[in-house]
Amino acid sequence: MGYVIEGRTGPWEIVCGLEVHAQVISKSKLFSGAATAFGAAPNTQVSFVDAAFPGMLPVPNRECIAQAIRTGLGLNAQINLWSRFDRKNYFYADLPAGYQISQYQHPIVGRGEITIELADGRTRRIGITRLHLEQDAGKSLHDQHPTKSYIDLNRAGVALMEIVSEPDIRSPEEAGAYLTKLRQILRYLGTCDGNMEEGSLRADVNVSVRRPGEGYRTRCEVKNVNSIRFVMQAVEAEARRQVEVWESGGEVAQETRLFDPARGVTRPMRSKEHAHDYRYFPDPDLLPLELDAAWVEELRRTLPELPDAKAERFQREYGLSAYDARVLVAERATADFFEAVARGRDPKLAANWVMGDLFAALNRTGRTIETSPVSAEALGRLLDLIADETISGRIAKQVFEDMVETGADPAAIVDAKGLRQVKDTGAIEAAVAQVLAANADKVAEYKAGKEKLFGFFVGQVMKAMGGKGNPALVNEVLKRALG
Amino acid sequence: MSKPTDLTIAEAREMLARRALSARELAEAHIAAIERLASLNAYITVTAERALADAARADDRLARGEARPLEGIPLGIKDLFCTEGIRTTAASRILDGFTPPYESTVTRKLWEAGAVCLGKTNLDEFAMGSSNTTSAFGHVVNPWRRRGDNRDLVPGGSSGGSAAAVAARLCLGATATDTGGSIRQPAAFTGTVGIKPTYGRCSRWGIVAFASSLDQAGPIARTVRDAAILLRAMSGFDPKDSTSADVPVPDFEAAVGRGVKGLRIGVPKEYRLPGMSADIVSLWERGAAWLREAGAEIREISLPHTKYALPCYYIVAPAEASSNLARYDGVRFGMRVDPGGDLDDLYAATRAAGFGAEVRRRILIGTYVLSAGYYDAYYLKAQKVRALIARDFETAWAEVDAILTPATPTSAFAIGEKQDDPVTMYLNDVFTVTANLAGLPGISVPAGVDEGGLPLGLQVIGRPFDEETVFAVAGAIERAAGFDALPAVRA
Repeated sequence: MGYVIEGRTGPWEIVCGLEVHAQVISKSKLFSGAATAFGAAPNTQVSFVDAAFPGMLPVPNRECIAQAIRTGLGLNAQINLWSRFDRKNYFYADLPAGYQISQYQHPIVGRGEITIELADGRTRRIGITRLHLEQDAGKSLHDQHPTKSYIDLNRAGVALMEIVSEPDIRSPEEAGAYLTKLRQILRYLGTCDGNMEEGSLRADVNVSVRRPGEGYRTRCEVKNVNSIRFVMQAVEAEARRQVEVWESGGEVAQETRLFDPARGVTRPMRSKEHAHDYRYFPDPDLLPLELDAAWVEELRRTLPELPDAKAERFQREYGLSAYDARVLVAERATADFFEAVARGRDPKLAANWVMGDLFAALNRTGRTIETSPVSAEALGRLLDLIADETISGRIAKQVFEDMVETGADPAAIVDAKGLRQVKDTGAIEAAVAQVLAANADKVAEYKAGKEKLFGFFVGQVMKAMGGKGNPALVNEVLKRALG
Repeated sequence: MSKPTDLTIAEAREMLARRALSARELAEAHIAAIERLASLNAYITVTAERALADAARADDRLARGEARPLEGIPLGIKDLFCTEGIRTTAASRILDGFTPPYESTVTRKLWEAGAVCLGKTNLDEFAMGSSNTTSAFGHVVNPWRRRGDNRDLVPGGSSGGSAAAVAARLCLGATATDTGGSIRQPAAFTGTVGIKPTYGRCSRWGIVAFASSLDQAGPIARTVRDAAILLRAMSGFDPKDSTSADVPVPDFEAAVGRGVKGLRIGVPKEYRLPGMSADIVSLWERGAAWLREAGAEIREISLPHTKYALPCYYIVAPAEASSNLARYDGVRFGMRVDPGGDLDDLYAATRAAGFGAEVRRRILIGTYVLSAGYYDAYYLKAQKVRALIARDFETAWAEVDAILTPATPTSAFAIGEKQDDPVTMYLNDVFTVTANLAGLPGISVPAGVDEGGLPLGLQVIGRPFDEETVFAVAGAIERAAGFDALPAVRA
């Protein structure tokens, strides 16, 4: 039995689908040569095409098209070799042409699917209905002047991919897992940076509820939710609201709503004065978009390895657990880091170090894998020092902390601090003799049969040797001495 | 020696080349003529200083023997082409104060070929009209007069200023645009030659858009050869216009004298309209006879969907226009009327004040045919009809190499006539819209006069990108017609 909301009158199931707007990573806009960098001074990245000056014409940007195709391929979706741009007509001050160029009837990407992973280890497939390309609008700033609105057209014309899912999502967790996975795939592909704070990724959430086994009931659309956590909260809040409406004998009205994260509720958007009739029609300035099948194949061939395939390979190639593999592939940079450490070394040891000490150090220092104070190469050299018994695993942790702090090379730290492992039997024998002499009572207990004390002796010897004793040798000498 | 303003482009080119005439003399003669005949209202903006500067540079090049194809040739530019640093109006108040910071591809090509800019010619507002009476800068007067009638006649539209300027010798040639007949109809009304090339032949970049899938630039000139010279300079692939065609530009001028021997010329029976004037019918028959005598084979053909062309056009063109003109909103450039309310009030006030009645009518029609519930019945059906019209022509090309029709159903009419009912005005386009809907090249050649002594044109339509055959047929008609009537008003 899946996720249900227990109402007063019985269980309810959630039906949810997401429409995600993902800003395409490209140097220039969808139909103009203007730049797309975030955060530039207002109206500095605007061409005459973006500002819809008389006689200006759109020309499709090949890189934006390639990005949409890559994304479609990454979503295991149908690539439509014939698609078309349409105009969506409406008046607004930050929409310079009075229409948005979009793809209405014939999107560039058709059906696909992605597999999401849930906390209990289950996976589910969520269908993708379509992906289409469209232009973003500019930005209206209403808070700069008491009576005037300011318009910033930097964003006007930037390429967006609208990715629409099937209503396959059944719980807040699944909604979050879907968006997480979609974001992960986009970032792997390099087609969208997934930055929800800057608005490069925004979600509209469609929610309805139903009795288990029923057909669909009326849905509401919660617009512009800008974090994965808020998406999960919005699904939950909206579903509970609808259950309450149905259970109190009401009727859910199809409407557009907004999520208020501060109060954890959705509320209806202020109803527009006039209902929009977008008067879609094919953009006569643009020819239908006809893709060369060979080009699509070339893009397919040069697609990077995606998280699912990578996680599968990590299990197969490195013998990692499913959980470890999934953690390591969450970000492409982490996966690359891990592989650089693991190559030619003990992969499980590499995984433990990356997920353990490295992640902890990143958390502590507020760094990311890209800005890690310890490079993959340096961590690899540290592991080499363990492997060739220059240092023990315990000393390695100490060296690692030094590396985080100073960025120095592990071998240099080992030398400078004299941490090299002692393999000289004489030195070990001396330490053992000293420990046994100082703990005559414990030796007696041990000899009387309390064999658990062996670990205590090992610890004492190591301590006496400053942790540098070779563990195997220490064991061997101790055993002999305790005879 | 004939007056500089009476020269053809080919003659002027030759005289400039052998230094029998300077570009400066040529420009000055035209500037003087424009001033003298200002009452025709053919120009919205005269760029005399620019013309003299262009001419001086042309004379330098001519002196150095570095003349380009149009070196020193003074042209009028329809005020729908954006010209860098020169006010561009589209004959609309809504573009008040708009000076483009860029140059349209077509005009850039002309300047790069050495042409001299005399100014911006008048037109119907946003190229919407067939009489040049919808301009915010006043109507253009046709330099021709009907015998025994002193009323001012319309020059046709929308390129009425360009046609009148060419006819009255206020430039040697002019640029124009044609969405449903806006080059060919005014050319027919003024005894000039106008060609709308194949859709995609000339870049639309920098031309104020009316209906993007139909708009094409082309020249108006006094001879077929001159039109060929100008079109060659205006044509060519432009990566900035996705709909422009990446095909080679042939030497159109060379095709003009090619002759029509062996060509099969179609005469479509559906173009024989009930109540068509005897003058037009006999001109059409005469045209066919000339071509037959010149060695062509005349065949009657059928273009069965012709009768749907006009209604189809008056759905497609306004639909695109309603969207194309949405950008004139008072926010970024041009006129702004701020009544002090909200954004919608700004739009309403600006657009009500900025657009004339005909433009408003077409925006309303276009908005209507695209709106929910009407899209299928109007826009979608019109698209299907458009495909059928294009197929009619494709079928015809199996049988014929070019098609001969009248250019217009009547000769020029008086200003104020046909104003009561917009549909009467729209009927002017009945012979020309098909070429736009099918994207085909069409030329109007003066071929005779009616009983009132007004010029009448014949239209030749050709296969896509086969302007050469169109020029060859037009050249043959021109030679056979020996059209030498002159407008009453001219420099």
